Amino acid sequence: MGVLFVDGNQAVAMGAIYAGCTFFAAYPITPASTLLEAMLKALPARGGIVLQGEDEIASIGYCLGASMAGMKTMTATSGPGVSLYSENVSFAIAGEIPIVIVNVMRQGPSTGSATRGADGDIQFMRWGCSGGLPLIVLAPTDVRDCFTLTVHAFNLAERFRCPVFLASNKEIGMTYETLDMDTVEKPPLIDRASHTSGSFLPFQVDTGQDVPAFLAIGGPTLVRQTSSTHGPDGYITADPSLIQVGVERLQRKIEAKVSSFTYYDLQEMKDARILLVAYGITARAARAAAEVLFRDRGTPSSLLVLKTLWPVPERVLLTAAEKVDRVLVLEMNLGQYVYEVRRVLAAKRVDFYGKMSGQLITPAEIVREVLRG
Amino acid sequence: MASLLNPHRPPVFCPGCSHDRSVRGLDRALQEMGLKADEVVIVSDIGCSGLFDTFFQTHAFHGLHGRALTYAAGIKLSRPDLKVIVTMGDGGLGIGGAHLLAACRRNLDLTLLVLNNFNFGMTGGQFSCTTPEQSSVASGFLNALERPMDLCTVAASAGAPFVTRASVYQKDLSRLIVEAVSFDGFSVVDLWSICPARYLKRNPISPKDIERAMAKLPVFHGPVATNARNEYGRNYRQKSGRQTVDPDWKGVDKLYEPPVKERRELVLLGSAGERVITAGHLLAGAAVLAGMRVTQKNDYNITVMRGPSVTELIISPGPITYTGVEQPDVVIGLSQEGVNRGRDLFERMTSWGRVFSTMGVEIPATSAQILEVDLKAARIKKKERALAMLSILARTGDPLTGQMLTRALEQTFHGKRLTEALDVLQRAATLPGFQEKP
Ligand code: SF4
Repeated sequence: MGVLFVDGNQAVAMGAIYAGCTFFAAYPITPASTLLEAMLKALPARGGIVLQGEDEIASIGYCLGASMAGMKTMTATSGPGVSLYSENVSFAIAGEIPIVIVNVMRQGPSTGSATRGADGDIQFMRWGCSGGLPLIVLAPTDVRDCFTLTVHAFNLAERFRCPVFLASNKEIGMTYETLDMDTVEKPPLIDRASHTSGSFLPFQVDTGQDVPAFLAIGGPTLVRQTSSTHGPDGYITADPSLIQVGVERLQRKIEAKVSSFTYYDLQEMKDARILLVAYGITARAARAAAEVLFRDRGTPSSLLVLKTLWPVPERVLLTAAEKVDRVLVLEMNLGQYVYEVRRVLAAKRVDFYGKMSGQLITPAEIVREVLRG
Repeated sequence: MASLLNPHRPPVFCPGCSHDRSVRGLDRALQEMGLKADEVVIVSDIGCSGLFDTFFQTHAFHGLHGRALTYAAGIKLSRPDLKVIVTMGDGGLGIGGAHLLAACRRNLDLTLLVLNNFNFGMTGGQFSCTTPEQSSVASGFLNALERPMDLCTVAASAGAPFVTRASVYQKDLSRLIVEAVSFDGFSVVDLWSICPARYLKRNPISPKDIERAMAKLPVFHGPVATNARNEYGRNYRQKSGRQTVDPDWKGVDKLYEPPVKERRELVLLGSAGERVITAGHLLAGAAVLAGMRVTQKNDYNITVMRGPSVTELIISPGPITYTGVEQPDVVIGLSQEGVNRGRDLFERMTSWGRVFSTMGVEIPATSAQILEVDLKAARIKKKERALAMLSILARTGDPLTGQMLTRALEQTFHGKRLTEALDVLQRAATLPGFQEKP
């Protein structure tokens, strides 16, 4: 196989097709529309379905219906659309409906700038829906990640029956790059676990399990889905103990397993006194800065690139920061994920450098921040 | 056939609530059609009508307020063999108006039963989009200021091929539902109902009053002839089966040795309409043919046909980290507004750098060598400028050759587009060597 020249959005589409996505619905929005275009070219010809919804609420709604009918589904938007997704995202959490949501972030707040990149939705994706229960957020840095993390996102959505965000950015989604498919990691595929024998309750978990076995709507066994607070039978309940057990399970099923899906790159340098922490497009500037610092200034710095952002991979952060005196968190916003890093590394000095002008953070700016000392 | 009502969960509406009739009417209809439990999906939303799914022993999907039609469409497109029935009240109708219009326009084979009782029962009797102006409801004077909408007229004008208005007290209720569910396409039933707990308290209406009020409105009784057409799902499967996979994501193999082995940073500064980004793609395509790694980062305004257009390329034998261009080796300045947008780049260039500019474009102070090209002399049009400049750049063999560019063109364009592009190269070749600006 030769070398492709694709943008991040196309690489996500390729990952989705590889992962077995059969249903995609979205409402056009820059900088996510090229993903809708790519899916429209790729999926119907392969027997899948692509819908252009009448709005963002409908687009995610189509996906949730299709997912409950057994399809692997994905939708894509940018910040303004994520705002409209909110209610259905909490439904996907509550109803344990697998779905991959691509957020190609753009400059906010509000309508903001359609063609300028940002990472302004990092806390929003985690906390932007009612109830506050966890979901998963993965953040690619380049087209290779766009492919591989999309496959992971589908796998995780299936494995945990939950919404999984892919936190892209205009600077990744619409930036073209060479992609050598021979060298790209292609994770093995995971499908949601089916209920196989015995009586079926739609939200019943087997002993020792936290994720209910799935049956699709439309099979010989009747299936109920509901957005209301429910017991294992999928009927509304007011029983406080059932409710408490239910929400704790929704939290535990994801948070207790984070170490099994913590994707990151740790580039440690001997004698480094500083750890750079970055994600998304900024991770690339940080990598360039670390090279410059060592080559031109003789200053060693370690770099932690987080690709799993939520749940916060606390163990990886703790280990990576063990040997350094100072941590510098770099973000294309005014400081969001730094709150998590400060929470986890409470005893360390954690500095922040960010920018939210629609421009990339440059390696030179990072070098300057590091040398500031 | 047996009743599909759930024996464990009998309806729990307020005494006298007409929803009870709708539940039984729907059950009778499903029985008459001989449908089995696993062939039916009931999709409901919020409010008293949102309890429907629990009273039936069928597949059930109870979702967000006003969004039932969206889930139903996802299910139906995935499983065309299922009978998908949506129930909502006049609340869901109002909050999900966009979905109603889309469903009418689309004509997917769903049945929508709107249990229209002119108020929000569950939240305290506030007005809905169907509350008459003269009614007395829990929204003070507000409903007197808004005109109720006629669901049937709206649905028909949005393209619904089957619209029925009925009173829930009609004797032939189940037959009407049978007609709607059996219809091959989107069917809407506007089911006028009475909410004794809220609406009836202050608006004493009887089934007879409902009949009289309905008689004053246009009659809708099933198929809407002007909207008759093929069902969406079948159309979709027919059309999608004829698509070809494009692009094939096959990629290209290395064809040439790279003319230069070092990393190069290039920027094209132009305007919308000069095909700047396409030229960037071609340059990238040429570099890929020489086995190089490339990133291309674009910057343009949201107005597609106006404003500056900038593309930044990095061509490198090894991995590329930062995608921004910091110190360009080559800048191609096509228009003044493009050059102005990239103003900062010029002072960062070294004496090794090269600026190719079209005649008349003012270049900011720079240590780089400036080479001016008179594209007009070769009758190069605006949309051809960027490509013509690439061919001038290719004369230098750094970072691409003419051969690489031609090959990249052949890979990108076909037919007329290719002929035109090759013609641009030919005309550009007639230009004299560029003049170096002192
Ligand atoms: S509030 Fe009204 S619509 Fe709801 S159950 Fe009671 S009578 Fe029926």
